[in-house]
Amino acid sequence: MATKVVMEALSPTMEEGRLVKWLKNEGDAVKTGDILAEVETDKAVMELVARGDGIVRKRLASEGDASPVGTLLAVIAAADENIDALVAGPPKAEAPPAEAPGAAPAASEPSSAEPSPAPPASAEEQAAAPAQETAQAPTPPPPSPPAPPASPARGSPSSPALSPHRSAPHPRSSPLARRMASERGVELARLRGSGPGGRIVKKDVESAAAAGTARPGTAGTAVVAPRFISREGDYQDIPLTQIRKTIARRLVESIGPVPTFYLTTELDAGQAAEMRAQLKELGDDYKASFNDIVLKSVASALSDHPEVNAHWMGDHIRHFNRVHVAMAVAVQEGLITPVIFDADRKTLVEISAEARQLAEKARQRKLTPEQYTGGTFSVSNLGMLGIEEFTAIINPPEAGILAVGAVEAKPMVVDGEIVVRQRMRVTMSCDHRVIDGATGAKFLQTVRRYFENPLLLVI
Amino acid sequence: MPVLTYREALTQALREELTRDERVFLMGEEVAQYNGAYKVSKGLLDEFGPMRIVDTPITELGFAGMGVGSAMVGLRPIIEFMTWNFALLAIDQVVNAAAKMLYMSGGQFPMPMVFRGPNGSALQLSAQHSQAWESWLAHIPGLKVCTPGTPADAKGLLKSAIRDDNPVVFLEGEMLYNTKGEVPDGEHIVPIGKAEVKREGGDCTIVAHGKMILVAMQTADALDKEGIAVEVVDLRTIRPMDIETISVSVQKTNRAVVLEEGWEICGVGAQVVDFIQRECFDDLDAPVVRVHQADVPMPYAKNLERAAKPDAAKAIAAVKKVMYLD
Repeated sequence: MATKVVMEALSPTMEEGRLVKWLKNEGDAVKTGDILAEVETDKAVMELVARGDGIVRKRLASEGDASPVGTLLAVIAAADENIDALVAGPPKAEAPPAEAPGAAPAASEPSSAEPSPAPPASAEEQAAAPAQETAQAPTPPPPSPPAPPASPARGSPSSPALSPHRSAPHPRSSPLARRMASERGVELARLRGSGPGGRIVKKDVESAAAAGTARPGTAGTAVVAPRFISREGDYQDIPLTQIRKTIARRLVESIGPVPTFYLTTELDAGQAAEMRAQLKELGDDYKASFNDIVLKSVASALSDHPEVNAHWMGDHIRHFNRVHVAMAVAVQEGLITPVIFDADRKTLVEISAEARQLAEKARQRKLTPEQYTGGTFSVSNLGMLGIEEFTAIINPPEAGILAVGAVEAKPMVVDGEIVVRQRMRVTMSCDHRVIDGATGAKFLQTVRRYFENPLLLVI
Repeated sequence: MPVLTYREALTQALREELTRDERVFLMGEEVAQYNGAYKVSKGLLDEFGPMRIVDTPITELGFAGMGVGSAMVGLRPIIEFMTWNFALLAIDQVVNAAAKMLYMSGGQFPMPMVFRGPNGSALQLSAQHSQAWESWLAHIPGLKVCTPGTPADAKGLLKSAIRDDNPVVFLEGEMLYNTKGEVPDGEHIVPIGKAEVKREGGDCTIVAHGKMILVAMQTADALDKEGIAVEVVDLRTIRPMDIETISVSVQKTNRAVVLEEGWEICGVGAQVVDFIQRECFDDLDAPVVRVHQADVPMPYAKNLERAAKPDAAKAIAAVKKVMYLD
């Protein structure tokens, strides 16, 4: 009897795994319990063991492949056994869980190694049980699935940012199916119910969980296409590790399409103020605002921290090698963010001049699209309007934005003495899928180092 | 363990309790000289004499009332109704006297008595004599209602009923009297209010009681051949009802069929379904399905009677329905 080797749920939250390494070759004899492969889950690298005796007849997945839980990875069978029907099946488990009524109960009970359709005693047991199944006989081809149950359009194309399951009415489902779906992270809206009137029942959820049609790592996210064309070499694409995928998925479920957190700190603007005064003395050509110094500090810090100078691309993260700082400008109709390209390579005076120019064009509505798209990070400043501190909304797919408050004279304790200092509060909004707390904090430390020591910006 | 008929198990329980406590006595139509209409009291007159085994005229209200009176003064009467269909004539004593005496006397008069007799249909006894009364009786606060389905439960529950200080309605089955089963000797007590899993299975729960236990077991046997594992929960007592055993089973199987001999509307099954929806809502994979007698007076014609009664074929269909296999 052939044994299917499938991607098993090796952790409670695992929905897909990456096959790191095969430890058995085709033709190797294996016994139940032998380690077949190493699999990277969302948490760790785990061992995938054989659930039956025989020869590894066929390996269907390659090292490095990521597969949803339930995907057929290999077939263990006797040397002379015909496994064509097993191998011929779709290698990916993405097909909808079509089921002939009463057909192949074993296939819908992946947690049971026995042919008996008796369901295991509890959902916990099922979750813990191996997902490997013993194939009884070639499963008949699934009937062509009937039209899915009434599922009105969920979310119009014009609002792709809304996660579909929020606006969709619930499909009909049994109470148990609903409970199991929420426990196992299966989205009911994606399932086709096999019960009367399309009711989603226990076996539909089990099949879906086994076949890996549970929410993929990108569920609910708006995969926002980049709004500008970057040339190769301008950036480096970072494949998502399992842990990064899990973080991304969980955070989006928690807070919305862009899971944002905020970091606030207060910077000393004393030296920046001094620098401004000195530059002013040199004449109008050398005028720089606090915001210009912030822009330059941020640009320099971004070039030190590519992990913050990044976009969330849905299925990967893009770290930019170039720094394009977008600055929010209030205009009559609202707000626009012209971009200072390669800001890290420009001098403070160049930035200052360009910022002034862009702001002016923005107010005259003369910006071209190339001038306001392509930012890798944004800065928003309401200090000139007297705002002490605020939070700004991230402009996806950018991963962060810095909100800059007013420079104010404040009492400070320095060396045991109360002195008056020029202080400025900044708050960084971070897309947690890309930037973790410590990452953002380190970036802000660098911003502080530049801003509080503006000489660094000119050497 | 000795194998006894349901009838013999009841006789054994009566004998043991009559011996154990001299306040216990049996009274009813033809219980003494005729050895009982269904021979449940066979030999008891010879053994315990006419003061303990008492024949009555055909006056259900009268001897039920005598039972209530004797319980008030400290005896422990067992009132046998030839069938529960005849007990309708005595229902005032059961419902208005026995069930309420302790309450309305401010606790002065306990009612340590048993009303017993065959309940439900037999074969072609027609509309007036083929009725299952447990839903009526279980409706009444103050009464306990036992419905044993096996010889062992018949003995164990009758002993509990006789020892109980409250009025207990004890519903036997005419069609069960000749069924056989292992019955423990001597002190075998089945507590009132405790259901029993008569057969374990993981796919679907059948909740049943009394005579329907036989039907439930036949259903389970038949479905077992199709690879469906049915769990049979025997309520054994309708009031108090063992919600916990029902819930544990349904939480395991996620599906339930409730099988009863009586009619649908306000039946015992309606109460069981209510408990299930309250206790097991998030465990249900399908609506609970009930199997019961057709909503008509029991027909006399054999074919119509068969069509009206709940049976294994109907229960099998119900199990398949809740398993989405129909």
